[in-house]
Amino acid sequence: MSEYKENSELNIKGEICPFTFVKSKLALEKMKKGEILRVIVDYEPAIRNVPRSMEEQGHKVLSINKINDTDYEIIVEKDGKK
Amino acid sequence: MNFSEEQIKRYARHIILPEVGGEGQEKLLSSKVLLIGAGGLGAPCGYYLGAAGIGTLGIVDYDTVDLSNLQRQIWHGTADVGRYKVDSARDSIARINPDVKVVTYKEGINAANIKDIIKDYDVVVDATDNFPTRYLINDACHFMKKPLVYGSIFRFDGQATVFLPEEGPCYRCLFPTPPPAGLVPSCQEAGVLGVLPGVIGAIQANEAIKIILGVGQTLNGRLLIYDALDMKFTEMKLRQDKTCPLCGENPTVFELIEYGDLCEFKN
Repeated sequence: MSEYKENSELNIKGEICPFTFVKSKLALEKMKKGEILRVIVDYEPAIRNVPRSMEEQGHKVLSINKINDTDYEIIVEKDGKK
Repeated sequence: MNFSEEQIKRYARHIILPEVGGEGQEKLLSSKVLLIGAGGLGAPCGYYLGAAGIGTLGIVDYDTVDLSNLQRQIWHGTADVGRYKVDSARDSIARINPDVKVVTYKEGINAANIKDIIKDYDVVVDATDNFPTRYLINDACHFMKKPLVYGSIFRFDGQATVFLPEEGPCYRCLFPTPPPAGLVPSCQEAGVLGVLPGVIGAIQANEAIKIILGVGQTLNGRLLIYDALDMKFTEMKLRQDKTCPLCGENPTVFELIEYGDLCEFKN
């Protein structure tokens, strides 16, 4: 588990790409710069695709972890690269 | 605004774009675009505007679908021959995207109704095929400060530009007054490659969407000229004309003018 304190959590288990990123992006749009979002996915390719797209669009990926047999968390700071 | 699951899927490829995102998609969904003309230019333009999720799409056309339209007016089908174009267009949009509210106007646009029709819209698209209507639309958009997306086609040649209120040229800076009657066959009689309005109409949709999103550089101040036969795009710089009868320093046009039918073939 990550040491970051998230401001918001998004559980999108069952979603595949590109909707994993689409939903993550929509969640980030509702947050303020510097706030932290925890995204939970169970689609393994998403732990590579989603962070890459987030970084491209100015957010800072703080941590990616496997949290149990099926699920992963992606911790991201809104506009952390801007 | 919260998107439905269906909207998230439908607009995913927009939302992914940094220049659009959820915020931009919301702008599109709350925008109102008026499409004047449901024919060759209107069909591809309206199709893309509808697919993009323009919230309210007004469509003006008094005409009915003719078999000879179908070579280029792709939102009408064979079974629509004889129906009002706006009804056929509304059905096509409904098939693609139920998010779009289509408002139909089964009337010719004229000096008496144009201001009332365009007043509620954010962007006006000129997808007509004749000079008198183009002047009417240009002048009304100038008076009412509406962004206007212009497109025209003839044989293998197309043009597109954007006129913004109080920013850059207007249509009369380009063509101060209509050409004399008889010099201007309308497209109906002149012949036109069916694909041509597809290219120009899609460019008009592109520019309307950019105006709503506030992204990129529109064609404002530039006339894009397309030659389908040699497959070339060229560009001409357009400047506001100080002597323009509408937007110049000493204007002479203060109210809407209805020029008569200039089409030689109809007379």
